[in-house]
Amino acid sequence: MTSDLVVEARGLIKYYGAQPAVDGIDIEVHRGECFGLLGPNGAGKTTTLRMLMGATPPSAGSLDVLGYPIPQQARRMRERLGVVPQQDNLDPDFTVLENLITYASYFGLRGPELDRRIAGLLAFASLETKAGAGIATLSGGMKRRLTLARALINDPELLILDEPTTGLDPQARQLIWQRLRALLGQGKTLILTTHYMEEAERLCDRLMIIDNGHVLVTGSPAELVRQHIEPHVVEIHGRGVEEWYDTIGGPLVQRGERSGETVFCYVNDERPLLYALGQRPDLHFMHRRANLEDVFIKLTGKELREG
Amino acid sequence: MNFSLPIISLRWLPVWRRNLRVWRKLSGPALIGNFGEPLLYLLALGYGLGGFVGEVKGLSYIVFLASGIICASAMNTATFEGLYSAYTRMTVQNTWGGMLAAPLDIDDIVLGEVVWTATKSLISAIPILIVAAVLGAVHGWGALWVLPVVFVTGLCFGAMALVVTALAKSYDFFIYYFTLVITPLFLVSGVFFPLEGVPQAVQIGAQLLPLFHAVEIVRPLMTGQPLHDPVFHLLVPLLYAGAAFWLATVLLRRRLLS
Repeated sequence: MTSDLVVEARGLIKYYGAQPAVDGIDIEVHRGECFGLLGPNGAGKTTTLRMLMGATPPSAGSLDVLGYPIPQQARRMRERLGVVPQQDNLDPDFTVLENLITYASYFGLRGPELDRRIAGLLAFASLETKAGAGIATLSGGMKRRLTLARALINDPELLILDEPTTGLDPQARQLIWQRLRALLGQGKTLILTTHYMEEAERLCDRLMIIDNGHVLVTGSPAELVRQHIEPHVVEIHGRGVEEWYDTIGGPLVQRGERSGETVFCYVNDERPLLYALGQRPDLHFMHRRANLEDVFIKLTGKELREG
Repeated sequence: MNFSLPIISLRWLPVWRRNLRVWRKLSGPALIGNFGEPLLYLLALGYGLGGFVGEVKGLSYIVFLASGIICASAMNTATFEGLYSAYTRMTVQNTWGGMLAAPLDIDDIVLGEVVWTATKSLISAIPILIVAAVLGAVHGWGALWVLPVVFVTGLCFGAMALVVTALAKSYDFFIYYFTLVITPLFLVSGVFFPLEGVPQAVQIGAQLLPLFHAVEIVRPLMTGQPLHDPVFHLLVPLLYAGAAFWLATVLLRRRLLS
């Protein structure tokens, strides 16, 4: 293959009944990058991932993954793919080691080469002392690490991770991040979905925000912040904030948004606003740099998506 | 819908081996049940009921019953495995989801599961054969030919159960299948009594169904009576197995790949 494209999707569409879950998406993922797929619940992320894995055929469009046309050659492609699903599906009746051996058998892997690889993966997942432990005895972080190790059993070139750190405590999440960076260091390509904008900002070289089956934006996290949001955010709350904003604060900001009791002020130059706030010690405020979450909220709206 | 015939390859083996590995870990209590239950049935019905019944078609009742129980057990074991256990792997544990993320297809999973249900039928039949032999209800070594028939019976009922699993929305759904299909088959296939006494319509109906034919081969093999039309009697459950395997594959492709 001359192309460095690991995923090349053109006009991908997936209908469920009359309703398109994914409605004309183009995706390009380059070898060795970490690509994020972001969007509110129901945006079409999981459907898109399922199409990439060959787990469901697109209704229209063309899709190549690792150079294989999908879904026609999905099984061949999956020999070189690793998947970390959203919900753990480790075998509860097996130990850590048995889980890895059994999963390896689905790839036709066995023998001393596999033993060496498993030893390496147990170390990679910091589970060396847990090889004989049952799944029920593992913490949430350990299960996720084991799922990650399992996804690496075939030494894949491409790894698809569907919300890899959802439900983990901060320490467990940090450890997963370290491991994912190590994999990027080995030259592997990562595609991940997440609801944590901080995670996407830290890990992803490029990302795509989708909603209602459409692509809203694509770019690096820094580019997206620069293009879509003023660089500074001041969040203000306290008694009388609305009145203050209507008379004094409002004219000083490029863009303001009220959300409950808090006013979000987006500004190019934060100094006049901070000076004005200095006159009002009764108002509480926090000044920070604009981030991906601001972009995400701006593009996808503030209303809650259930489910 | 993708109606194409299942693609047969050796990729079913890791699916089967995974189930075997789980079974080996949990097999202690299961084996006690596999020996205990037929022993109780044969003793209670064979001697208890047999005392009233006397001889059936020239056989003492316990001898008549033992061959029927083996077939019924093959049916029940494969059915349970293809319903409850397979449904658990499909939904609760999402084991199949993991396999589908690896280079395995629905066709491989269904074939692996069907062969596994038949393996479970064998595992249930061997203890019954041993118990029956100890109780003197087996004619000779020729009875070992029962085992391949049990395996085919397992393929048949395991594949049929997977069709039901492919359509099931919850475990409760399986009650219908047991009440409407398995229990009637259990009662009208010559397991407990010969069909000569029942109405003609039931006799004809039973001959369209697979368990009757399994009993028709297993009983002569175990009792040493002459065997009639073994190929035909084997073909019926095999046809059911093949059709159900194809249908289960089509339905599971629709359910899991849409």
